[in-house]
Amino acid sequence: MSTTTPLRTPEHDPYTPEQARDLHAERTGRKMRAGAFNARQLLTSLPDAFRKLHPKHQLPNPVLFVVWIGSVLVTVFAVLEPSVFSIAVAAWLWFTVLFANLAEAVAEGRGKAQAESLRKMRRDTVARRLREDGTEEEVPGNDLRVGDLVVVEAGQIIPGDGDIVEGIATVDESAITGESAPVIRESGGDRSAVTGGTTVLSDRIVVRIATKPGESFVDKMIALVEGAERQKTPNEVALTILLATLTIIFLLVTLALQPMAAYSGRQVSVIVLTALLVCLIPTTIGALLSAIGIAGMDRLVQRNVLAKSGRAVEAAGDIDTLLLDKTGTITFGNRRCTELIPVGGVGVAELAAAARLSSLADETPEGRSIVELCARDHGLAAEADAGERSAEFVPFTAQTRMSGVDLDGAQVRKGAAGSVKAWIREHGGVVPPEVDQVVDAISAEGGTPLVCAAARDGSARVLGVIRLSDVVKPGMRERFEELRAMGIRTVMVTGDNPLTARAIAEEAGVDDYLAEAKPEDKMDLIRKEQEGGRLVAMTGDGTNDAPALAQADVGVAMNTGTMAAKEAGNMVDLDSDPTKLIEVVEVGKQMLITRGALTTFSIANDLAKYFAILPAMFMAIYPQLDKINIMRLATPESAILSAVIFNALVIVALIPLALRGVRYRPSTASALLRRNLLVYGLGGIVTPFVGIWLIDLLVRLIPGIG
Amino acid sequence: MSPTLAGLAQVGLLVVALAVCYRPLGDHMARVYTAEGHWKVERALYRIVRVNPDSEQRWTTYAAGVLGFSFVSIVLLYLLQRLQPLLPLDLGRGAVDPGIAFNTAVSFVTNTNWQSYSPEAVLGHTVQMAGLTVQNFVSAAVGMAVAVALVRGFVRARTDRLGNFWVDLTRGVTRVLLPIAFVAAIVLVALGAVMSLARGVQITGVDGVQRTLALAPAASQEVIKELGTNGGGIFNANSSHPFENPNAWTNLFEIFLILLIPVALTRTLGTMVGDRKQGYVLLSVMGLLWGALLTVAWWAESHPNGVASLAAGAAMEGKEVRFGIPSTALFAVSTTGTSTGAVNGMHDSLTGLGGGVTLLNMLLGEVAPGGVGAGLYGILVMAVIAVFLAGLMVGRTPEYLGKKLGRREVTAAAIAMLSMPTVVLVGTGVALLLPSTTGFLNNPGAHGLSEVLYAYASTGNNNGSAFGGLTVTSDFFQSTLGLAMLFGRFLPILAVLALAGSLAQQRKVPPTVGTLPTGSPLFAGMLLGTVVLVAALTFLPALALGPIAEALA
Repeated sequence: MSTTTPLRTPEHDPYTPEQARDLHAERTGRKMRAGAFNARQLLTSLPDAFRKLHPKHQLPNPVLFVVWIGSVLVTVFAVLEPSVFSIAVAAWLWFTVLFANLAEAVAEGRGKAQAESLRKMRRDTVARRLREDGTEEEVPGNDLRVGDLVVVEAGQIIPGDGDIVEGIATVDESAITGESAPVIRESGGDRSAVTGGTTVLSDRIVVRIATKPGESFVDKMIALVEGAERQKTPNEVALTILLATLTIIFLLVTLALQPMAAYSGRQVSVIVLTALLVCLIPTTIGALLSAIGIAGMDRLVQRNVLAKSGRAVEAAGDIDTLLLDKTGTITFGNRRCTELIPVGGVGVAELAAAARLSSLADETPEGRSIVELCARDHGLAAEADAGERSAEFVPFTAQTRMSGVDLDGAQVRKGAAGSVKAWIREHGGVVPPEVDQVVDAISAEGGTPLVCAAARDGSARVLGVIRLSDVVKPGMRERFEELRAMGIRTVMVTGDNPLTARAIAEEAGVDDYLAEAKPEDKMDLIRKEQEGGRLVAMTGDGTNDAPALAQADVGVAMNTGTMAAKEAGNMVDLDSDPTKLIEVVEVGKQMLITRGALTTFSIANDLAKYFAILPAMFMAIYPQLDKINIMRLATPESAILSAVIFNALVIVALIPLALRGVRYRPSTASALLRRNLLVYGLGGIVTPFVGIWLIDLLVRLIPGIG
Repeated sequence: MSPTLAGLAQVGLLVVALAVCYRPLGDHMARVYTAEGHWKVERALYRIVRVNPDSEQRWTTYAAGVLGFSFVSIVLLYLLQRLQPLLPLDLGRGAVDPGIAFNTAVSFVTNTNWQSYSPEAVLGHTVQMAGLTVQNFVSAAVGMAVAVALVRGFVRARTDRLGNFWVDLTRGVTRVLLPIAFVAAIVLVALGAVMSLARGVQITGVDGVQRTLALAPAASQEVIKELGTNGGGIFNANSSHPFENPNAWTNLFEIFLILLIPVALTRTLGTMVGDRKQGYVLLSVMGLLWGALLTVAWWAESHPNGVASLAAGAAMEGKEVRFGIPSTALFAVSTTGTSTGAVNGMHDSLTGLGGGVTLLNMLLGEVAPGGVGAGLYGILVMAVIAVFLAGLMVGRTPEYLGKKLGRREVTAAAIAMLSMPTVVLVGTGVALLLPSTTGFLNNPGAHGLSEVLYAYASTGNNNGSAFGGLTVTSDFFQSTLGLAMLFGRFLPILAVLALAGSLAQQRKVPPTVGTLPTGSPLFAGMLLGTVVLVAALTFLPALALGPIAEALA
């Protein structure tokens, strides 16, 4: 199992759990605001909406295609027999089509701005290609082929996607991630991937190009955010089929109505029949369906996650099992000092002083965590004073397996138990048996014991043991509880021994854990879950994660990871934040909920429209049908026109909801269903009664209608 | 005892009797369709038709079995009627007219039992017993087989096999229908129904004129007519005829037989999928619809809006005095809520609202509780639609009974749902387009429209009850109503089997708290809402011009 830590990820999380949650809320809140709907977008998208009036744009959407044909039909009749009513109906039918186009255009427009900034990165670069003999030649970036080696130095733009084969460099990836802090990229290992269009800030690297021109990561991003390659997701296809079925039923209803009306005594005009048809077919969801899909992808982009397909976003909503790497996801990337245990009658203050001193010059995260603990719990200075700065630092090496300082003739060391014990004996000291007990106990609990010792004037003694342990990130337990409430099982994957794994798993509150995990084990776990009918999501960054990423239903690759991982996953997280997976799941769910809510709303709306239109159509034949005109609409014309206007306006009114998504709070399916059925089912039945009644109050004022 | 109290006592007794049989019969049917072994008589049958009872079929083969068997049945039944003069016990009634023979053959094979003939004038005992009664058994067994195949689609995982149609068909007859029908026929005879091979008895009427009262082997056919939700009477007057349905007890017993299997099949579903609550949810939806429609019909028949009826105290026109209003309403709602179509009164004489209720009951898609098998697969299709429509609102790809509902499942369910409205709307529309139609109608205006709509609703839903008032013996009606029966029966069956095939291939998805809870009252409400809303949206305009206009007048 591999983990990487980008430079910008704070190694020492300074927040309490509460602060962390607030921060998370603020962060997501900000992103939601950034993605929120702006009324001006309606205006700016209007030209696109008009362009989409062309029938070829309507064909893929059977519901809107029917509306389009109906609009043409009514327009012809309005021209042949002009009246206020026929012209008004024709106009509002066209508005219906236009508003549907508008919804899609607004959704697409939001991606376009992002695509524009990405395009700027694609400007022509000149690549320094290495010939086989080691000399360089300058070629246009577009001429690079897979396998070419190019040299990039500080200040230059990387000409294409690839892996570093030589060197280490800091790279500014702000153009794609939006983060200004540079990241380190180096050959070998899991931080070797670089993206074309990003800038090298320091040093020199040799990159092996991994993609063809035009198929680079940036190209794919542009296509994605623009929605150019948008294909209907499986659920969207199924929903379209159902909407088409309903459209066919309502087409039959209106067609069969004419002979029934004729038999009953009077034919209904084609304009009225068309108005009825358009009001009945599920235009609301039909109009907003593609906008919901585009907006779902867009919400991910705002969270700096790129989904390679809408299918993956949809699958995210269905996830049953989340595989989360322990290190860097559930716990901080590095072990941290959590306790100082003095031995042999040494005071804890003395041990703290020594532990701090030994770690002052130690720049490893573990070392710094010791200094922090001493500062926090024992009131010691966090910074070295002038005297301490003059001390001689003894760095950690693989041979000595300990580090420390020599100061004023005294030596302080900390390190692996065996090494420090040997060092004590070398200096003529005695190791109390208590030390081994403490060390064994810490190891058994999954921690790492560091023994701290001091030597002065030829006598050495053990001061105590420093406990380093994995620290679960604040707020994780709450998130896992949320996930459990959503019916998602979390499995922690770690290379630790089962004992350690269990301790962390219990502390973090995950449902299960996989200890001593090798990449194959992860793969087996995914397969096993999938055999049981469950959908699995995971994050990964290393090349050895690639098969599992490909096997998982949702595989989120870290942007810091290798090209292989990024190719294998179906999403890439530009922030390289493994906990983002949880947000991805929420976005997926929100998208499906929005679709379901608007479908339910759309169909529930029909009842009120019948109550408006049926009495209007047949009152002349059976006056008693006026009794079902419960909204007391003024005239048959005003009733029909009001229903048509409501039907068109409700699309515009719901565009913000379609783009933003239905409010979603993690909870059980029962709770979600109850709430949404109430809001969108019952609301869908009631709203049009009120809406049509209100519109009729205005429409009846029009001469020739009221 | 006042009529209302007597009516309530009947409903109470009926519900108790059904509740008592619910568990044993439901579980018995689950065992019947999952048991490994074969009875000797079944083995003999399999050998005769050269079927290997232990081989399983794909949905396409299963469907071919249903279609093939039904086609052969239609041909044989047609020939039997046409060749009646050659048969014993033909009572000299001659060969049946081709139009009637076609319509009747289709009608009995599709479990519709629409009757465009007068049995005691047209059919002899042999055709009744060897033709119609046989179809009463096997067409019911076909419906049950299809329902069971769909349930297997939910139960099974990662297989393309749905079971063996011939085995399911045979067992439905030998292990479910025949034993119950045998016992029930004896009960019915004991209660006073007629069972005779005689031609009839001579009587002198009150007017002093000599008449022949036709006799028939009524009890045996009556029992399977109700139990198999067939509805084709051996007498023209159907269950209002005193030889078929002599008294209040037989009336209640017949209603019990009508509802018995459709109700118990929900238990079979619950048992087979291993979650009884799923069955209870479907049953509660069926029960609520049945109860609500019964209440409305009962109220409407007790509150007629004509001067004459008011003077008479109630709408007794077209009702048997020995049954009265409650028993007639109970029978009417039960027969139209299942695909039975037997009647113990004249539906054409029901009040506007009461007639509308029987019409609506069919237009709901025959799910309250629906025909044998057809009711279960009908409501399962609606459940699939409901889950897909509203189930997205829990934020997952919709799942029902552990199976995901994707493109293929939704397409199949959509076709199943689309068939009946198409048949009814197109049929009614085309019939009303013809100027000649008004000539066949008893009544003008809204009631006339109801008569035509009722005819296509009844045949399209394989109900078979007649509103009456519409003369359906013209070639146009014989053939279009015949087609309505064929499409109304086999389009949904094909779609349901395709749905089953596609479901069976899937993995089973284990439920989590994130899964839509389909065993809850909340889902029952959602399903009820979907059934009502779909029917309302599809048929409100037609109903507005028919029963609604009539009821509001």
